[in-house]
Amino acid sequence: MISTQDIEKLAELARIELKEEEKVKLAKEIDGILGYIDQIKTAGSKDIARAKEPVRNIFREDKNPHESGTHTDALVAEFPRKEGNYLKVKKIL
Amino acid sequence: MKIDLNTLTIQKAHEHLVKKDFSAVELAEAYLSEISKKNKDMNAYLEVYDDVKMQAEEADKKIASGKPTVLTGIPIALKDNILRKGNIASCASKILANYHATYDSTAVAKLKEQGVVFLGRTNMDEFAMGSSTQNSAYGVTKNPHDTSRVPGGSSGGAAASVAMNGALASLGTDTGGSVRQPASFCGLVGLKPTYGSISRHGIIAMGSSLDQIGPLTKTVTDNEILWKILQGKDRYDGTAIDENTYPKLPLKGKKKPIIGIPYSFMDQGIDKEVMKNFEESVKKLKSLGYEIEDISLPNIGYSLAVYYVLMPAEVSSNLARFDGVKYGLHAEGKNLIEDYLKTRAQGFGPETRRRVILGTYVLSAGYADAYYNKANQVKALLQSDFEKAYKKVDLVLTPTTPTPAFKIGEKTDDPVQMYLADIFTVTANIVGGPALSVPSGTSLVEGKKLPLGIQFTAPNGREDLLFSVGKEFLGE
Repeated sequence: MISTQDIEKLAELARIELKEEEKVKLAKEIDGILGYIDQIKTAGSKDIARAKEPVRNIFREDKNPHESGTHTDALVAEFPRKEGNYLKVKKIL
Repeated sequence: MKIDLNTLTIQKAHEHLVKKDFSAVELAEAYLSEISKKNKDMNAYLEVYDDVKMQAEEADKKIASGKPTVLTGIPIALKDNILRKGNIASCASKILANYHATYDSTAVAKLKEQGVVFLGRTNMDEFAMGSSTQNSAYGVTKNPHDTSRVPGGSSGGAAASVAMNGALASLGTDTGGSVRQPASFCGLVGLKPTYGSISRHGIIAMGSSLDQIGPLTKTVTDNEILWKILQGKDRYDGTAIDENTYPKLPLKGKKKPIIGIPYSFMDQGIDKEVMKNFEESVKKLKSLGYEIEDISLPNIGYSLAVYYVLMPAEVSSNLARFDGVKYGLHAEGKNLIEDYLKTRAQGFGPETRRRVILGTYVLSAGYADAYYNKANQVKALLQSDFEKAYKKVDLVLTPTTPTPAFKIGEKTDDPVQMYLADIFTVTANIVGGPALSVPSGTSLVEGKKLPLGIQFTAPNGREDLLFSVGKEFLGE
């Protein structure tokens, strides 16, 4: 059983503020969903390897950057808080 | 000439455009006029772009120059999670309500090159999480075949836009059935290509190991036209493949592909009318000369459970980027942590919150082995089930959905019941292979003819098999 305290902890990890009544509702719903997905525990043996994905890194080398300023205006326009071309955030330490 | 939107296909529209029966501007205006009549009620579009006429004029120039392609001047709708530079892409979420795309997705860039006319962005379940479009922050979309019912989801607006003659085709995304299920509910053809077939660059990620863009069209031929242009490697997506990535194995059938049906997986939970229609479809395929075989996929019953571990796990990490700092909604708190907490509480709807929390749970210390790692093991079992099946058969067939379109408001208070709507579609996303839903008739429910669909699944890279059987089934 998932408790409302568990939900509180998860919501804190996920950085989502929840109202009390939603914590109760979520505990019940997530219990229901876990009840359904718990069936995977009965599948196969423990020794099966995970599926492998043939994926490789395709990032370009960190050189020959595009001309400075090419994308600045479009990106800065999306900043929720700014000062000039600077992104404004609250102090962290 | 008068444009008959009911019977128009991409192929036919192209022929008319080239013969100058009508111009791209006239064609776009015909669609805009339908949208302005119907969208207020249907809510298929969240926004009609303000440059539609300009795009159509450009297309007309391209046609006049004698260099059009089959897609030049074709009016297409986009799901609200596919980026088009300069336009809002909100994922039907409040958290991205004012986010303007700063670049084109690869899919949009490829269609731009063809001279496609983008009509607008369509409604969806928030962040593509849902099977009914009821999770949109901007209201539900209605099913044009019965407005008391859902169009399916999450690409519900994309499907409804085509079904109401508000676009000739649309692009959706499919993480667990989000193109095929609404295609089935709205009487359209919907494709989930092989994982990696269409670049994911510039679509807003939900479950990165499952997501694929897919076209929604009126015919299989139209779907193939779009897929051929959209597919291929991309320097911006390391998972993108091309037509030669997977070897094409010889057919098992002598003349036509052998179709396998996992009957043991279909003995419960399916609407009677859906099953009757499915049997009729099987009969039709037999009469077309296809051999049918009952096959066993021992682990397929675990598919939906595997999906509801892997998908939320990936959701919880993908959606961590929406924090109110660099773009999108920003809510003020006393400090940075409170900014995050409040932004995400105000910005995300209930289903999104539920899946982020669930994903955080299945990835958390102590549970990752029991859930996330175990689900990845069962994924490998499922892949091996299909590999074995494809040694005997060439295609796998099931209904696309266990029921026809359900009522608006139904299933909204029971997440597990809602998730079961995807029982037949999630497997293709987990296994990776392509799957195509084609219309297979209708079911008469409360005086309304509700569309039904069947779904063909093929080995990796075998979209060609899906298109050929689909065309034959629909008599194209």
